[in-house]
Amino acid sequence: MSEMNVKIETKVIQKPDYRKKAKQILLENIVPILFIIICLIGVKLAKQPPLYILNELVARVARNSFIVLALIIPVLAGMGLNFAIVLGAMAGQIAIIAVTHWKITGLAGLLTTVLLCTPFAIIFGYLTGKLLNKTKGQEMITSMILGFFANGLYQLLFLFLVGTIIPMKNPVLVLSAGVGIKNTIDLTAVKYSLDNIFKLSMTKTMIAFGVLCVAVMIVHLAYRVFIKKSKPQNMIKYLVYTGIFAAIGTVGLMIMNTKSVYNMVLLPIVTLVVIGLLCLFNVFIVKTKLGQEFRTVGQDMHIAKVSGIHVDKVRVIAIIISTVLAAWGQIIFLQNIGTLNTYGSHEQVGMFAAAALLIGGASVTKATIGHALMGTILLHTLFIVSPQAGKNLLGSAEIGEYFRSFVAYGVIGVSLGLHAWKHQVQSKKKTS
Amino acid sequence: MGTQTILEMKNIEKEYFGNKVLKGVNLTVKPGEIHALLGENGAGKSTLMNILFGMPVIHSTGGFNGEIIFDGAPVSLKSPKEAMDLGIGMVHQEFMLIPGFTITENIKLNREITKHNPFSRVMGEKLKTLDTEQMNKDARKALDTLGIGIDEWMKVAGLPVGYMQFVEIAREIDKSNMKLLVFDEPTAVLAESEADTLLAAMKKIAASGIAILFITHRLDEVMSTADQVTILRDGELVATMKKEETTVMQLAELMVGRKVEKLGKEKKENTQQEEIIMEIRNLKVGMPGEEVKGIDLEIYQGEIIGLGGLAGQGKIGIANGIMGLYPAEGEVLLKGKKIQLNNPKASLNSHLAFVSEDRRGVGLLLDTSIELNIVITAMQAQKKFLKRFGFFDQMDGKATREHALKMIEDLDIRCRGPQQITRRLSGGNQQKVCIARALTLEPNILFVSEPTRGIDIGAKKLVLDLLVKLNRELGMTIVMTSSELGELRSICDRIAIITEGKIECILEPEASDADFGLAMAGEYKKLRSKEAVIS
Amino acid sequence: MREKIRLVVQNIGLPRIIIISFLLTLIFGAVVYKIPLDALTTDTLVRFGMNGVLVLAMVPCIQSGTGLNFGLPLGIICGILAGLISIEMNLVGFQAIFTAMLISIPLSAISGYFYGVLLNKVKGSEMMVGNYVGFSVVSLMCIGWLVLPFKNGEIIWPISGKGLRTTIALTSRYDKILNEFMSFKIGGVVVPTGLILFFFMACFLMWLFMRSKTGIALKAVGDNPRFATASGIHVDRARLIGTVLSTVIGGIGIIVYAQSFGFFQLYQAPLYMAFPPVAAILIGGASTRNAKISHVIMGTLLFQALLTIALPVANKLVSEGNLSEVARIIVSNGIILYALTQAGGGE
Repeated sequence: MSEMNVKIETKVIQKPDYRKKAKQILLENIVPILFIIICLIGVKLAKQPPLYILNELVARVARNSFIVLALIIPVLAGMGLNFAIVLGAMAGQIAIIAVTHWKITGLAGLLTTVLLCTPFAIIFGYLTGKLLNKTKGQEMITSMILGFFANGLYQLLFLFLVGTIIPMKNPVLVLSAGVGIKNTIDLTAVKYSLDNIFKLSMTKTMIAFGVLCVAVMIVHLAYRVFIKKSKPQNMIKYLVYTGIFAAIGTVGLMIMNTKSVYNMVLLPIVTLVVIGLLCLFNVFIVKTKLGQEFRTVGQDMHIAKVSGIHVDKVRVIAIIISTVLAAWGQIIFLQNIGTLNTYGSHEQVGMFAAAALLIGGASVTKATIGHALMGTILLHTLFIVSPQAGKNLLGSAEIGEYFRSFVAYGVIGVSLGLHAWKHQVQSKKKTS
Repeated sequence: MGTQTILEMKNIEKEYFGNKVLKGVNLTVKPGEIHALLGENGAGKSTLMNILFGMPVIHSTGGFNGEIIFDGAPVSLKSPKEAMDLGIGMVHQEFMLIPGFTITENIKLNREITKHNPFSRVMGEKLKTLDTEQMNKDARKALDTLGIGIDEWMKVAGLPVGYMQFVEIAREIDKSNMKLLVFDEPTAVLAESEADTLLAAMKKIAASGIAILFITHRLDEVMSTADQVTILRDGELVATMKKEETTVMQLAELMVGRKVEKLGKEKKENTQQEEIIMEIRNLKVGMPGEEVKGIDLEIYQGEIIGLGGLAGQGKIGIANGIMGLYPAEGEVLLKGKKIQLNNPKASLNSHLAFVSEDRRGVGLLLDTSIELNIVITAMQAQKKFLKRFGFFDQMDGKATREHALKMIEDLDIRCRGPQQITRRLSGGNQQKVCIARALTLEPNILFVSEPTRGIDIGAKKLVLDLLVKLNRELGMTIVMTSSELGELRSICDRIAIITEGKIECILEPEASDADFGLAMAGEYKKLRSKEAVIS
Repeated sequence: MREKIRLVVQNIGLPRIIIISFLLTLIFGAVVYKIPLDALTTDTLVRFGMNGVLVLAMVPCIQSGTGLNFGLPLGIICGILAGLISIEMNLVGFQAIFTAMLISIPLSAISGYFYGVLLNKVKGSEMMVGNYVGFSVVSLMCIGWLVLPFKNGEIIWPISGKGLRTTIALTSRYDKILNEFMSFKIGGVVVPTGLILFFFMACFLMWLFMRSKTGIALKAVGDNPRFATASGIHVDRARLIGTVLSTVIGGIGIIVYAQSFGFFQLYQAPLYMAFPPVAAILIGGASTRNAKISHVIMGTLLFQALLTIALPVANKLVSEGNLSEVARIIVSNGIILYALTQAGGGE
């Protein structure tokens, strides 16, 4: 019996075909590449000073990335783009209105807002998750309609219940008739409370970032080699990354010494650190048991169930996390904007976040941190340049504005369509 | 290995809605033994396994009677998880693998090895980090045990089918407490060489002390691999014996043998079977799970021909292919004229009618009235029951109603009237609606697939009687596909047994049980090669 | 007795019972606040007629299995374009409105065809994709409205002479032409005969279509595509016909709507125009897989009555803000959510 040892050799060894691989990489990233080109054309047409664009971009990326990152986990769990992050944004706004009412200012106000919005977001997320479990296969349309529906309830709350059922006497917030919250609320109390904790010029940041990363890489490598005594598997990867980080630092150093205008670009370090932490959180969660359950459920709900995973529960958790993150993201957004458009700030949040993610190259089933950050940068570059570009090109700034909303809708539509089409082709292949 | 048993199932009885499917079955498995479980479809194999795994379907239908002793202690299994915890594993027929995951991730699915990190200590178990290194080591060990040289970090997507099966097995043997492993028709999807590898691996696993329960219908595999054989038939235990004490012939006979009851149908006195109505040449049908791999068959005017065989062998695919519902190639001639394949409309226009095996999925518009269900195919394919007004046409309500009422009376469809929606009808009456629709097409040949599946015994007989009546009184040619051999033998003139997508042989209904058993197991040609072809 | 109540509830459906009781409460409120009921009835009838055709556009889509047609703005855009062309041609009265409808048909048919081809490629996600097709087309046409070469002064901005106005008045063209056709007064209620007749006519034609061979094929495809294939029906073609038909009716629907409203609304206005018809047909008892003419009539009547009566009552209740608008958002999206949960998928 012992010589029945059957050896099957792997036939699936792939030759490194670099041309094919390059083509594949190009094809996989066709959407961001396309948008990079569109953005470059836009920048060229808009003829705006690069410093202006850069300043705007830094501000916009810092305030919008967080909420885009909130979309990743539901995608991982196979629930598609969670348009119901609108509910998270609402939770954030409810908290921020309350904090404005209580007149808690500065960082304390911000932290109170974050603390206050979390239970709301958890409840909203739980309910959303329950609903999405009832509409498996139609999660995206459901989450979108749910956003509209919740918006109705939100308006009911702030337009009619505040001042009638919920007692609130605050002339700053409440409309003159004593019922309903004002349309726009000045958030001076928390404005820039996060951004302004610590600001650093871009060049200095680049140097610091470069040095820090290189140091981390070296320490990590040393830890591996000397303490764990295991050989690093991918030396080249190490070198490339270290090189990139070193280059970032060097470029920063060079620009700083040239007295260029770019020295004036200031970065809200704390906000960026918070975003960085969220990225780390997303990386971390994938590597945990919970993350593995997300992935399993996302890949195949049936198999997940058979192997003993509580599918419905996992999906609810994914949505709760997403909703809470969205609430925090909305707070970061609002503290930077400084005014709350009570009935409008949250409305388009889901759509623009989804569009940003997709422009970055994500799909309905696959989204990474890279997609989210890349997409945010591209979408907002487009937002900055398109009105001016439209004006310069066709003599109307409106065209640019319509164009960018067309891009946002269009990219979601195309991406959803492509996904559905691929799905159909695949299932056809399976059955015939 | 000792002589004590790992599993003992004693006097197991199970009813589904008053229908006894297991009638006092005993099964004893010893550690390190390969125990084959043989039986036709519906013999009770899967019910027995469902009981062993404590599947919810058992408990939601009233539980079972009898006793299970596992590893020396009586157990009452309430859920698959309990069974797993005890050390009972199952290699599924359909793969429970996630293509986007690596082999390791699949092997360790929901059994991941984790380690603590600062967050998990505060936030709970779920946030423990995966210990990829350890998981890879375990996976490697399991694969090595099976003697498979694939890398554990490869993705499952793109692996050949045979490897996937091994990944499944590796997952089971990776469970540290595995004592009994059930293989459900594991070789069904494998090529011959892969099957040999698998059987060898099974022997290795058994040699390590794990007992194996091997469900199959391939008799040669039983003879080459098993130590012990248990045969079920119609929910009863027919025999348990040592492999050495039996032969392929005996196994075949035991598996099939049953009393055949003739359904009011005498052998046709006047065999006017000369005229060929349909000729099938080298038909191949790509129906998933029921693939047809090239059959030649002649169908005579006025006969009832049965297509039998085990599930998954391709008998279902034949009618579906001819009717254009699944991609088909080859030649089908009706009265000497070629029928265009892959075009349902062409088949319908040639007056072929089909009663599908998937009654609720393909056979009916469940939320539509009985009358529309009866006429719709004739209306769409043959433009009947329509009134024309120039460019516009309208459904002919009166003609439809009259025809539906006639059909309801003729076929004795029990309903509240032609307007009732078909969802509310019983299985038997739904089947009659399907037959009524087929008859409305005024068919040359009527294809009927699994006509009695999922309907109760009384209704079964009515449906079969109806088919015989159509054949006898109207001279209709009927091609009946069924998994129930007894049913075929009771009403058919000839029975073609399909195995592995081909015709194994064509038998008379009176042929011996052993012949049928061998044919269904795919051993007929080998053993009876000289007398195989009966025309 | 209890069983009977349960059966009634099941037959009418819980959401409809809630909405009907809500409506009754509103009517009661209207009586209490002494809001003239005859004016409300008139308004309800007008809104019933002007929205009905758009709601009817949902039927062929649902019947052929592509679900609720969230891509209706596509047809609406075509209808608006045709309406503008009829103005550009300087037509007036019935001639103008029927020309507009005639022109809209080929426009809608062509765009509906491409939309249908797309929907056939994305089976299972029709509603989501359709929704974004609608959104994209509306925002693309926003650019279109800016650059289309219309010349008529009623259409383009008077000062710059470039780009189309956001609302285009029909006062001198065919404002309320259907409403006033053969209209009469009973008590205080003005019945917009022409409008209602047109709507019923459209319903009747649709009813006839549903009983034709093609119509029955459509229904079979929607009910069970595999059955339809087995009956020799070309599934993709049937879905295509359903989508084209829905788009065409959407185009005609917006013209009917506009003549009663008195304006064509351009730019972002059509963005969410698919939602009220979707909500209306669902309120009428349709599901994502089944819709009848009776659902259209019932649903439009209930939904529009609700909106009409809610407005004055809400204003009496709370003078600030637009409570009835909020109620509309909650009711219409609530019913869509309900329909989605009923569509199954949750095992």
